[in-house]
Amino acid sequence: MSTTLKSLLVGTALTTASAASAVELEVTHWWTSGGEAAAVSEFAAAWNATGNTWVDGAIAGSGGTARPIIISRILGGDPMAATQLNHGRQAQELIEAGLLLDLTDVAEAGGWTDIVNPSSLLDACTLDGKIYCVPINIHSAQWIWLSHAAYENAGLEVPSDWNEFVATAGDLNAAGTLPLAMGQQGWQQSIAFGAITLAVAGLDAWKAVNVDKDADAARGPEYTAAFEAVAAARSLASESAVQDWNLATNMVITGQAGAQIMGDWAQGEFAVAGQVEGEDYSCLPGLGLNAVLDTGGDAFYFPVNDDPEITAAQKELAALLISPEAQVSFNLAKGSLPVRGDIDMSAANGCMQKGLEILASGGVLPSADISFSADTQTQIEDLMAQFWTSDMSAADAQADYADLIEKAD
Amino acid sequence: MTVVSDPRPRSAKRPSRLFKNWMAKIASLPMILTALVVFLGGTAWTVTYSFTGSRMLPRAKWVGLDQYERLWDTDRWIISIKNLAIYGSCSMILTLVLGFSLAACLDRKIRFESAFRTIFLYPFALSFVVTGLAWQWILNPDFGLQSVVRSWGWESFAFNPLNDPNTVIFGLLIAGLWQGTGLIMCIMLAGLRGIDEDIWKAARVDGIGTVKTYVVVIIPMMRPVFITALVMIASGIIKLYDLVVAQTGGGPGLASEVPAKYVIEYMFRAQNLGQGFAASTMMLCSVVIILIPWAYLEFGGRKRG
Repeated sequence: MSTTLKSLLVGTALTTASAASAVELEVTHWWTSGGEAAAVSEFAAAWNATGNTWVDGAIAGSGGTARPIIISRILGGDPMAATQLNHGRQAQELIEAGLLLDLTDVAEAGGWTDIVNPSSLLDACTLDGKIYCVPINIHSAQWIWLSHAAYENAGLEVPSDWNEFVATAGDLNAAGTLPLAMGQQGWQQSIAFGAITLAVAGLDAWKAVNVDKDADAARGPEYTAAFEAVAAARSLASESAVQDWNLATNMVITGQAGAQIMGDWAQGEFAVAGQVEGEDYSCLPGLGLNAVLDTGGDAFYFPVNDDPEITAAQKELAALLISPEAQVSFNLAKGSLPVRGDIDMSAANGCMQKGLEILASGGVLPSADISFSADTQTQIEDLMAQFWTSDMSAADAQADYADLIEKAD
Repeated sequence: MTVVSDPRPRSAKRPSRLFKNWMAKIASLPMILTALVVFLGGTAWTVTYSFTGSRMLPRAKWVGLDQYERLWDTDRWIISIKNLAIYGSCSMILTLVLGFSLAACLDRKIRFESAFRTIFLYPFALSFVVTGLAWQWILNPDFGLQSVVRSWGWESFAFNPLNDPNTVIFGLLIAGLWQGTGLIMCIMLAGLRGIDEDIWKAARVDGIGTVKTYVVVIIPMMRPVFITALVMIASGIIKLYDLVVAQTGGGPGLASEVPAKYVIEYMFRAQNLGQGFAASTMMLCSVVIILIPWAYLEFGGRKRG
């Protein structure tokens, strides 16, 4: 027997032995960037402190890459102990197929219905009255990030809402600065579209389309105005030749561009660049017009396991993830908002504080992950990708969009 | 008696074709089973489920031709098909022309032939992902070709194919040609080396020019080599996916989407298996439509002759 083979066998024996003594839970997620990895290690430390072992199963790439891997492992009979997914519709079929663990007893013991704020997060985890996931954090997409350097160079005031931004865009352009940085990818264009419609079309029309899926509202005059605003934004971003969102954020950080519409995860980039909110950059939730945020985010799901020991550990982990200490340390590192309103987040920075205020005042909306199936979202992203990069007219885009809403599920 | 017993010894002497070379047939049984179960079975399963409303999990909920109606009603699919048609026809013609021209040049007994051959073949050793990323940087206006030429003093030089929806497909084509031409060149070179030296001598005696000899005599003689090259290029075109993902991600907008990417994204990102299966069935149909007449001409003709 060769030495390599021997050492391999010994190694395997050791791993099996250690697995038997403590409960090891493999946790898969796609948090791999600097801030995200720091955040997930907070969870791992908290879990290891209970005497169990956190086996980190990070999958590089975005959710789009990781989700098929996670789902095929669950379907293929090789389930991990716990996994990240975006709460909402993504796991619905897995729950229906009986592949995910029912956490209702843990939720009742922990009084989740009282502590989770907004309660829509828990609703997104609930199917037929049973709770299947632990909400972890809240990310919202309706933010505009403004570069102070760009406006100072052009001798302009930093805008305080979307209308002011559009009004000053021409002067900014004349000063040689690109008004709006935009990564040329469908999901980013879809986020910008969502944020602009919420600001321009208003809350009622937005809810009619996104929550009630009312195609007539999508054909209505509010949405016509919104599509024209998006077409105007398209011309402001026409010179933006970057693909990835963080490259577009970098244009705002360096003052090459005036603004970017992007979710709250962008503030991680500003933080890494050492910029200070209010001095170097500004953030406006709801584009400064409608101070409401959607409440997408991440949740943990626990695939069903035959081993009762692991099942018990899974429930223990579920309770730990939503505990006040774990919520504070994780969300401060990640830059996202906590899922419970009863904890002290005073260490959070200015943008997070704005978000927390909106959450506390109840200005929350369901996220696209909750309202629409992945299929409908992909179709909307495709339409937006086409609309933003071609000279498609606002009226045509609106008609196509209304058709999608009509068929949406 | 003789009449009755006659067939028996004959059948013992001549076993049915099924049992001829039975050792070889048993040896190839695993491959035959793989082909039947994995390829044919998988294909049949995919086609069957393309008529269902399967979302994340395959479900036998029949919806007739709904998936196909939606597919051909989707702009992104139409754009993908058009892109593949442009990329495919350009790639097919240019790879053959460039591959053959390079091979013919090398065949003129030039110096350092093996060095050139290695240089031309090297890109093929790289994966499409590496090729795509490398060309993404080369064609990036701020770091690549455009900035280099501008730094030489030609300030107005503009070459930015990847950010223009109308030209992005040609940016892909450059990378695809760079990667694939070397291999075709090597196949062509092998074919050229297989041509008898006497043909050239005869052509010279008859006073036929070099180029004309290539076009009129050599190329028709290299028919099998061209067929091989054609099949290799065509299969590369149909499965075009990784180059697009690495180089443009389908962008800007939908301008460089391809059918294979549509299939993958609708199956996994959009969690709509039925739609993805319908798209992959259409890809299969297009391959079959091209393949059957060709196979008929190629193999049917030989049997008759």
